[in-house]
Amino acid sequence: MDKTNMQHANDVNVIRKKHMKLFFAGVIIIALVFGAGAVTNYNHIEGLMSIPAAFQWLFANMMFSGSTLANLSNVLRLLWETILISIVSTTTAAVFAGVFAIMGSKLTAINPVVMYAAKLAASVSRNIPVVAWALILVISFGTNAATGFLALFFATFGFLVRAFIETIDEASGDTVEALKATGATYPQVIAKAVIPEAMPQMFSWVLFMIETNIRSATLVGLLTGTGIGYLFDLYYKQLNYEMVSLITLAIVIAVLIIEWISNLIRREIL
Amino acid sequence: MAVKTKERPLATQPAKKTDGIVFPFDLEKQEQQENGRSDAPVIMSVDNIDKAYSGKKKVLKDVTFDIRQGEVLSIIGPSGAGKSTLLRVINRMIEPSDGKITFQGKETLSMKGKELRSMRTDIGMIFQHYNLVDKLSVFENVLHGLLGYKNSLQGIFSLYSEAEKKRAIEIISELGIEEQIYKRCDELSGGQKQRVGIARALIQDPKIILCDEPIASLDPNASKVIMEYLRRISRERDITIIVNLHQLDAAKQYSDRIIGLNDGNIVYNGAPDAIDSDAITRIYGSKLDELIVE
Ligand SMILES: Nc1ncnc2c1ncn2[C@@H]1O[C@H](COP(=O)(O)OP(=O)(O)OP(=O)(O)O)[C@@H](O)[C@H]1O
Ligand SMILES: [Mg+2]
Repeated sequence: MDKTNMQHANDVNVIRKKHMKLFFAGVIIIALVFGAGAVTNYNHIEGLMSIPAAFQWLFANMMFSGSTLANLSNVLRLLWETILISIVSTTTAAVFAGVFAIMGSKLTAINPVVMYAAKLAASVSRNIPVVAWALILVISFGTNAATGFLALFFATFGFLVRAFIETIDEASGDTVEALKATGATYPQVIAKAVIPEAMPQMFSWVLFMIETNIRSATLVGLLTGTGIGYLFDLYYKQLNYEMVSLITLAIVIAVLIIEWISNLIRREIL
Repeated sequence: MAVKTKERPLATQPAKKTDGIVFPFDLEKQEQQENGRSDAPVIMSVDNIDKAYSGKKKVLKDVTFDIRQGEVLSIIGPSGAGKSTLLRVINRMIEPSDGKITFQGKETLSMKGKELRSMRTDIGMIFQHYNLVDKLSVFENVLHGLLGYKNSLQGIFSLYSEAEKKRAIEIISELGIEEQIYKRCDELSGGQKQRVGIARALIQDPKIILCDEPIASLDPNASKVIMEYLRRISRERDITIIVNLHQLDAAKQYSDRIIGLNDGNIVYNGAPDAIDSDAITRIYGSKLDELIVE
């Protein structure tokens, strides 16, 4: 009885501590918001007040007319190119990430040295932002589609290795143990336990990255001078806001469609 | 989608019906063997096993005991006593720090590669959480028990012979889950999943089956079915069953011998009905009160 009472008291303490933590976190966030405003001379109230005016400007300048629509085919062609680059770079990255994740997961690693090497490679490529990848690669590869592809590839690869490792650890720990205990070989364990258990979740991550990359591809294209990003940049610099808004709209619709499709696929496989 | 929702309710209905297993066993033969197995040959001896995971703290301390053919051996003890560790040392899923294990006349701790795999085919294992590949069918999961006998390519491409498939079906029917055979494992009840686990172990044609808390996630009814089945496997097929149990009464009811583990030491090794309150105190220590409250 004594023991359970103590446990109860402990629970209450834990809950109280959690509330305290939440309270302090709130205070700190508010302090940061205003502190940052003060340092950068940004006034939050004025910022909010200027939003309606900004929208008014947007509506006035960015509504496109019929003549702009004549360029639609060009927009769509480059949008399609961008989507393809995203899909190809994501799936290629996924294949490499699959191998590295199997090497990097504690559950399936062959030896610790390879495991840490795989994790390190993934961590490096993940922690360089996609924009930085694009800028670095532009220097060595110039402005072409390959640069965009590689920038997306590296960023995606790093992210997917990490997501895949977590998926493998989570989905297949128990079955890996069971199959090893039957005397199964390493390749058998991978093929019969890890892949069937982790595949649907991995596939879902790949779909997520394709969505993300179509957005990033626009940005990357802006930097590497390819795809829809290039077109955006071109018209933006010419102050042709009608074209800019047409392109933006096209990107938004494309992303929505891709999201819709990948949700459909996800529902089928999970 | 519509097909799936139709199947679900069906999946649960036969579960009830098949909970009563059809035992294709010879009851008289069982009676003869009922009283203990102290005369059966020793198939494995575990000698002076120590295990420390990291640092100095030993999880198993100088553990020594013999395992006889066809016996049901329960390992009981409080949480953290080292039961799961001991079980996995037996099939080398965990490497002991020191000691010796002899199985069928061979020293197992030095085995590597093919020899180690072949040793593992002689030892089946079932788990508290069943450890099935949920996304695959009952049939495929049972066939996984044969992987130890196959080379990598045969295993990966599921190249099982007709005879092997027939045996899988036989074992599945024996366990009363033939109606579920092509169902994905995540559509089964706990008791059914555990029977798939047993089938996967049986198809290995093992000498020993290790069971790590096989009934800890099951209701009393399903638990009874599983424990009775394990006992009958030992009687009918002369397979040794080593089972970690939380429930003292189940251990007393179903085993030929009980080993009590406390903090990595064997503190009891003997007949189930010779366990007195003194032995229970030694095994469960100060946790005795909790045990009675439960
Ligand atoms: N992988 C591991 N690494 C480090 N310590 C471990 C590991 N596995 C188990 N232990 C420790 O070894 C001790 C024995 O664990 P074990 O799982 O064998 O106990 P158990 O008797 O099976 O307990 P339970 O009844 O809770 O399953 C525990 O103190 C546990 O914390
Ligand atoms: Mg345990």
